[in-house]
Amino acid sequence: MDCITLDHGSGGLAARELVQEVFLSRLNNPLLAPLEDSAVLPVAAGRLAFTTDSYVVDPLFFPGGDIGALAINGTVNDLAMRGATPLGLSLGLIIEEGLPLAVLERVADSLATAAKKAGVMVVTGDTKVVPRGAADKLFINTAGVGSIATGIEISPLQVQVGDGIILSGTMADHGITVLAERENLGFSDRLQSDTAALNRLVLSLLDCFPADIHALRDPTRGGVATTLCEIALAAGTSMEIKEEDIPLDRTVSTVCEILGIDPFFLANEGKCLLFVAPAVEAAVLAELYRHPEGERAKLIGRVTGHDAGRVVLHTVVGGQRLMTPLTGDPLPRIC
Amino acid sequence: MKYVDEYRDQALVRSLASRMAKQIDRPLRFMEVCGTHTMNIFRFGLRSLFPTSLQVVSGPGCPVCVTAAADIDACIAAAECQNVITATFGDLVRVPGSRGSLAESRARGARVEIIYSPIDALELARENPDKLVVFLGIGFETTVPTVAAAIAQAATLKLENFCVLSLHKVMPPIFARLLDGEHQLDGLLCPGHVATIVGRKAFEPVAADYNLPCVISGFEPVDIMQALVQLTQLVVRQEAKVVNAYPRAVAEHGNISAWQVVNKVFQPVDADWRGMGTVKNSGLAIRDAYAHFDASQRLDLEVETFHLPPSGCRCGDVICGRCQPLDCAHFGDSCTPQNPLGPCMVSSEGSCAAYYRYGEH
Repeated sequence: MDCITLDHGSGGLAARELVQEVFLSRLNNPLLAPLEDSAVLPVAAGRLAFTTDSYVVDPLFFPGGDIGALAINGTVNDLAMRGATPLGLSLGLIIEEGLPLAVLERVADSLATAAKKAGVMVVTGDTKVVPRGAADKLFINTAGVGSIATGIEISPLQVQVGDGIILSGTMADHGITVLAERENLGFSDRLQSDTAALNRLVLSLLDCFPADIHALRDPTRGGVATTLCEIALAAGTSMEIKEEDIPLDRTVSTVCEILGIDPFFLANEGKCLLFVAPAVEAAVLAELYRHPEGERAKLIGRVTGHDAGRVVLHTVVGGQRLMTPLTGDPLPRIC
Repeated sequence: MKYVDEYRDQALVRSLASRMAKQIDRPLRFMEVCGTHTMNIFRFGLRSLFPTSLQVVSGPGCPVCVTAAADIDACIAAAECQNVITATFGDLVRVPGSRGSLAESRARGARVEIIYSPIDALELARENPDKLVVFLGIGFETTVPTVAAAIAQAATLKLENFCVLSLHKVMPPIFARLLDGEHQLDGLLCPGHVATIVGRKAFEPVAADYNLPCVISGFEPVDIMQALVQLTQLVVRQEAKVVNAYPRAVAEHGNISAWQVVNKVFQPVDADWRGMGTVKNSGLAIRDAYAHFDASQRLDLEVETFHLPPSGCRCGDVICGRCQPLDCAHFGDSCTPQNPLGPCMVSSEGSCAAYYRYGEH
């Protein structure tokens, strides 16, 4: 067997072999191992966070990551942005007939590595195979359940006027890397996706500052600009951002200049925006610097008033303009 | 980033702004005619730094925006021909013609490929020998030389399955059309990209015939502010001449070898402009020697054009600087980048898209 056939999605012997040899061998844990219809998770008292995301990135592999790493990290991050500790992830795959087995194994390796690094378990899963042309190579869905500790309330509704806005690292790395790879622009050796799980970083911050971190959001599709506008609208506040304080990798900014793309609209897969009480800004930054995912964090702006949805950018040359959400989708299938 | 950072120096931009403010002794109205000027003025928030008595309006500088709806219909007709792959710059895909857009054709099954260079279209033709690749040629002098080079290369390679729908336009003739009427302009910020190809001297008739100060400008914030300071000086001194404020790219006679390639492949032709009608010798048609690469000769693109323009859409007025995007009743309401009525809202260089994206609403 060197490629996936429709038999592998039949539910019969070939399907069982595929699950055991490709996935269970790499992702094994006591909750997944029985391969029953549902995984059964022990639940403590309190609240659960529940999220889902589908991954259709093209190409499947790119510098710094691949669809497997994205599928774990993206869902772990969605849980982390509500302050939840992941309890378990589901993994659903839709595979196009003819996908080389080696490709699937490479993705499975990556899923296992990312899960181990984030300290999460895949507890249930499903594979389907569709005829050639009915899907493009491989699509993955992951869902995640997490528990939220008592007293943690992370939401745009908690944002207050005066809050500092921190970006946990450089922006636009993922979006520009996938674009450059897909279009063969020849920068691959100097660009890298930032895909990373942020749960450890977030939970250590919440341990230190349980009441003073008000909102968290990972600026994925639509980029930092769209995320800021969404939070400003949901929180009923206005914000001011200083362009010169935005962390941006030099190569990323160069490629954006060449292509005429605004990095504020490009996706990130390992960054978060933090809205924190002004009193703890410096301490939050100091804690961020202790983690590799936060070592280039910066204070980029402040929540300034009650004009819902208004985000003013102070540009590098000293001008001012409004930031608006992304409209249209210039870069489909980025994650 | 070298050649970028020094042109984004905050102190320099501020000092140029205050010099401009000191020079201006009455309300002034300038026009820029380049989509990149439009976007960079917004992107860097330069409008917030202009003196309040200075108004900078956008002219016909966005190539997608000036393309007539009937020509968009021809693009769609080409895309819907049997056995055709359409290659285009991305901006054009969502522009509505009178019967839908390329995006809608693509959704119905037409193969529309977004490319970054006309040379990519040649590659597409080589990879798909059983299909006809039609490149949609839209753009000003800046873009035309690479299209001419692609056609010349296709001829050398004897690439049978490649052709171009030439809807290209040239700048100088349109100034006469703009300035012949009542324009109330005090000065013209000339497009640095076009000037790189055609040279400083090509703008001299505009300054002389219409007694209008002109400054050729680059695209970084310092370039734009410096050009505006020089334009203000010319106006104050009442000097109607063409100053080259972008000498690191623009020469007196432009890029002569690039223009030679253009002349080899293309010849001047009358062209339709959105909002301005037919303008003599303002377009470029493919010469007979290269007729094999002319999509308008190889395909039947005659289509009936319906309602024109979409009711109430003022793109034609916006393109000529006769009104500002906010003056249009549709702006931001029934016309947004997601559901555009006219091209000025679609193109990334369109005035309406700039106003919308950078929050002037």
